Amino acid sequence: MPAKAKAKAKPKKAAPAKKAAAKKPAARKKSAAAAAKTGAGAAKAADGRLLRYVDALKEAVTQEMERDPDVFLFGLDVDDPKGIQGSTLGLQQRFGRERVFNTPLSEDAMTGMAIGAAMAGMRPIHVHIRMDFLMLCMNQLINMAAKAHYMYGGQVKVPMVVRSMIGKSWGQGAQHSQGLYSMFMHVPGLKVVAPSNAHDAKGCLIAAIRDDNPTIFVEHRLLYPTEAYTPNEAFTVPFGKARVAAKGSDVTLVGVSNMVVECLRAHELLSEAGISSEVIDPISLVPLDVDTILKSARKTRKLLVVDNSWLTCGASAEIVARVLEAAGPDAGIRVQRMGFAPTTCPTSPNLEALFYPNPATIASAAYALAKPKAKPWKPDAKKAQLAYQMQFRGPF
Amino acid sequence: MEPSSSPSPKDLQRIYKSLRLIRRAEEEVARIYPSDKIKSPVHLSIGQESVAVGVCDVLEAKDAVSGTYRGHATYLAKGGSLKGMMAELYGKDTGCARGKGGSMHLIEAEANVLGSSAVVGTTIPIAMGWALAAQKRKTGAVIAAFLGDGATEEGAFYESLNFASLHKLPIIFVCENNGYAIHTPISKRWATQHLCQRVATYDIPTFNIEDGDVFSIRNVASWAVDTARKGGGPTFMECRIYRWREHVGPADDYHIGYRAKTELEPWMQTDQVEKTGAMLDAESRAAIDKAVEKEIAEAVDFAEKSPFPKARALMENVYAG
Repeated sequence: MPAKAKAKAKPKKAAPAKKAAAKKPAARKKSAAAAAKTGAGAAKAADGRLLRYVDALKEAVTQEMERDPDVFLFGLDVDDPKGIQGSTLGLQQRFGRERVFNTPLSEDAMTGMAIGAAMAGMRPIHVHIRMDFLMLCMNQLINMAAKAHYMYGGQVKVPMVVRSMIGKSWGQGAQHSQGLYSMFMHVPGLKVVAPSNAHDAKGCLIAAIRDDNPTIFVEHRLLYPTEAYTPNEAFTVPFGKARVAAKGSDVTLVGVSNMVVECLRAHELLSEAGISSEVIDPISLVPLDVDTILKSARKTRKLLVVDNSWLTCGASAEIVARVLEAAGPDAGIRVQRMGFAPTTCPTSPNLEALFYPNPATIASAAYALAKPKAKPWKPDAKKAQLAYQMQFRGPF
Repeated sequence: MEPSSSPSPKDLQRIYKSLRLIRRAEEEVARIYPSDKIKSPVHLSIGQESVAVGVCDVLEAKDAVSGTYRGHATYLAKGGSLKGMMAELYGKDTGCARGKGGSMHLIEAEANVLGSSAVVGTTIPIAMGWALAAQKRKTGAVIAAFLGDGATEEGAFYESLNFASLHKLPIIFVCENNGYAIHTPISKRWATQHLCQRVATYDIPTFNIEDGDVFSIRNVASWAVDTARKGGGPTFMECRIYRWREHVGPADDYHIGYRAKTELEPWMQTDQVEKTGAMLDAESRAAIDKAVEKEIAEAVDFAEKSPFPKARALMENVYAG
C-alpha cells in the first residue's frame, strides 16, 4: 500500500516588490477638454454618451458576462479595492467569485490555465495591470496559445483575451512602461489590438471576447480617464479595419494606442502652421489594415508612423514595410518612424520627457517630412503642452 | 485508501490489451523508423506503459488526459486512434493533427486527449484549466495530467500545485519518474529526492508507487479519481518507472555511457506487459495478441496509403473561424 503523505501549509499572500506599486490608490483627474477630442473620429454624440475608457472596459466585460455564462475574468488584484484602476471594480460583487477571481502571483501557470479553460470551451479574460508582466507568460502565450489551433490540426480553439496595460509618466520607469506588443505581432496565431479611445476599447474588447483566437488586448494607462461617445448596447469594432481619425492631405500620421492622441494634437499644431495632416488609427495591429494606411500614403506621399514602443522590429517597422511593399517602387512615398528613445525608460521627469515622442516633436517631424526644403519648425511651446491629456499623477 | 480488489478477468483482458497494444505499436514504430517513412522525432514509452494504462483504465470517457512529448502511451491508453497516431507520425493529412503536429503533439479531442507539448511542463497548467472548466460547469469530469520528473523542476509545476489545491480542482498529477531528463540523472538535478514531501506541503495527498506495477497504479488512480470527482481536489502520484530505449529515437543507448544496462534488468524482469499477459489463460492471451497485431497492421497500412496534406493546408488553421 502506498504511503499517503499529508501536510498543511496554507500559502501566504505576499506582495513582492514588483507588485507593490499596484496596491497604492490611483489618482484620477478628469479633464473636460479631454472628453471629445480623444474620441475623435470614433463616434458622434448620436451614437451614445460620453464614457471614460476605464468604464468602457468594464461595461464591455459586464455585458459579455451577462450574455455568455462561459465568459470569466481573473488575474492579480482584479477583486481588490482598486480593481485594476477601476476597470474591474464591482465585477466580483455582480458576478460572484466563480466568475471573477484573484490569483496567486503565478502568471505562467495562470496563463496556461486560461488556455486550458479556453480549449474546454470557456472564454477567459486574463487581466494584467502592466504589460511588462506578460514576459512571465511568454512560454504559454507563444508556445501554446498561438500554436494550439494549428499544431493540433484544428481540433482545439483558444478563445481567450489577455488584457494588459502600458504605464507612462510619474516614474513608471523601466518595468511599468513597456509597449511590448510587437513581440506578439511576430507570432502567427495571436491577434493584437490597441484601441485608443473608449468607443474602440468597448467594441474591441467585446470583439476579442467573442473571437475564437487568443487576443492580446493593449491598454494605455493615460487613456483610462479619456472620454468618447460610446453606444450603450453591446457592439463590436471589427479587427483589421483602421480608422481615419482626422482627415488631411499633406502628410499621413499613423499613431499606435496612446500615440493616436498625441498625433491628433500634432495634427492641430500642424494645421496652425498650414500643414494638413491625416491621422490614422490602425486599432488592431494583427490583423493590420494596410489598405487604409496605403490609401492615405499614396495621397500624401509622406508617411510618419508614431509608435508607443521602440522602433527596432516594432509595429512601426512592420507598418512601414507593409505599406512600401504594397505601394511598389514607383509610389514615391517618403517614410519616417518615431517611438521610444532606444534606451530603457528612465524615471526622472526631465529624462522621461525626452524618452517619448510628443505632439511638438511629432509636429516638427511631420512638418519636415511635408516640407523637406523649408527651415525646421517647432510649434509654440505653450500650445504644444499636453493640456488635453492629464498627466498621470501618483501615488500609483 | 481502501485496499484494492483483485481485477476481474474482464479488467485483466482490457488492461493487457492496452499494455500490449502500446508496446507493440511502439516496437513497430521503431521497426519502421530506419526506413525514414516516419518524419517525426519519436520519444518511445516502451517500459513506461503501465503508468498510462493503470491511470487511464479508471477514467471515464468524459474524463481527460494531458500528456508529454513521450506521449504515445497516454494517447493510446485514453482511447486515441492508433490510425490517427500512425498517420500523424508519417506526416499524413489523415493524422490526428493533420500532419502538423507529429509525435510530440498528439491529440484526440473526441477521446478527451488534450494535445501534448514538446516544452516540458507546459501542459500542466493547461490541464488545470481544463479541470477549472469542468469544475465551473459541474460536469463531474476529472483530468489526469501526466508529467515527467523533469517537469517537476519547472516553476509552472509548483504554481499549478498551489492553485489546484487552493481551488480543489478535479485533477490528478501523474509523475512518470524515469530518473532521467534526456541524459541527466536526478542526482545532478534535485537537491533532495523527497518529491512527494515537497508536493504534500501544498496539502495535496501524495502516493509513491515504486515498482511500476500496473495494478498498484490503477488502485491509487481509482482513489484519486473518486476523490477528485467528489470535490476533494487534486492528488499527486509519483510512479517510478524506467525508459528502456533512448531519449529520442528507436534504439537503446546503454553504450553512450550515461547509464548502465544493469539498471534496466530489474525492470525487464517485472515487465508489466509480460506479467499481465501471464495472468491470462493462453487462449485469451493469443486472441488479444492477434487482435493487436491486426490493429497495428491496419494502422500502418492506413498511414502508408494516406495522402500527404495538400499545399493549401500550410495556411489553414493559423486562426480559428
